[in-house]
Amino acid sequence: MKAINRRQAFALGGGFVMLSLMPMAADAEVSNDAAKWIEKFTGGKQPVKGKIALDLPEIAENGNTVPLSLTVESPMTAESYVKDVMLLADGNPNAGVATLTFTPLSGKAEASVRIRLAATQNVVAIARMSDGSLFTEQKTVKVTIGGCGG
Amino acid sequence: MAEKPRLKLPKEAAKGEIIQIKTLVSHVMESGQRKDAQGKPIPRKIINKFTCEFNGKPVFSCALEPAISANPYIQFSARVDEAGTFKFAWTDDDGSVITAEEKIALKA
Repeated sequence: MKAINRRQAFALGGGFVMLSLMPMAADAEVSNDAAKWIEKFTGGKQPVKGKIALDLPEIAENGNTVPLSLTVESPMTAESYVKDVMLLADGNPNAGVATLTFTPLSGKAEASVRIRLAATQNVVAIARMSDGSLFTEQKTVKVTIGGCGG
Repeated sequence: MAEKPRLKLPKEAAKGEIIQIKTLVSHVMESGQRKDAQGKPIPRKIINKFTCEFNGKPVFSCALEPAISANPYIQFSARVDEAGTFKFAWTDDDGSVITAEEKIALKA
C-alpha cells in the first residue's frame, strides 16, 4: 500500500472527526421519545421548576441499577396532594422509566426505585398536583457502564 | 416462576403515623433491548404495574417501564389511620399477577 503523505493524513483525520461528531449531533436533535412522553403527561402545559427533590448519584458505575429517590413537597391531604409523578430518562432507548401514582393515604409523596440508564444522561421528574399544577426537576447522571443491551 | 415477594414494614403503628414500606420482587425485567447469542432480540417481559391498597383503598401505585432494574425494588410511604391489611400486587406483561399482603395493628 502506498504511504500516505501529510496532507492526506490531515484529510483523513478530519474525516474521522466529522464522522465521530455526526451521530452526536443527530442524538442531540432527536434523542428519544422523551418529548412525546412529556407532551402526553402535561397536555402541553409548561411545568415549573421546583417542589421536587430528586436524589440520584452523580456518577453511576453500573447503569443496570441506579438508585433513585424522590420527594415532592406537599401536605398530602384530601384537598392538596401529589397525584402522580412521571420519571423519564432522555438518553435511554425508551424515555419512560416509571409513573408513580400517590393518594392522600400515601402520607408523604416519597418513593425510591432502582433504574437502568443506557448512558450518561438527564433524568427528569414531572409531578402533577391535585389542583393540576405541574412541577419539574432534572438531574444529570454520568454512567460508566451502560445498562441496556449487552 | 417468581418467588415470594419480600416486604418490609412495621407490625404496628400509631394512629396517623406515616410508615415506610419496602418491597422487592424477583423478576428478570427483560427490557426487550437485549439480543441472545444468535442475535435475535429477547422479547420484553417486565412487571408493568405495581399497586398497594390498604383496606381496599388505593395507597400507591406505579406503572413501570423497561428502564426499571431487574428484581424491582420499590419503596414508598403510607399513612396508617386504622388497623388493617396492606395488599400488594405486581402485574407481569404476560398477565400473571404476583400478590402479597401484610397486616398492621394500631399501637395501644
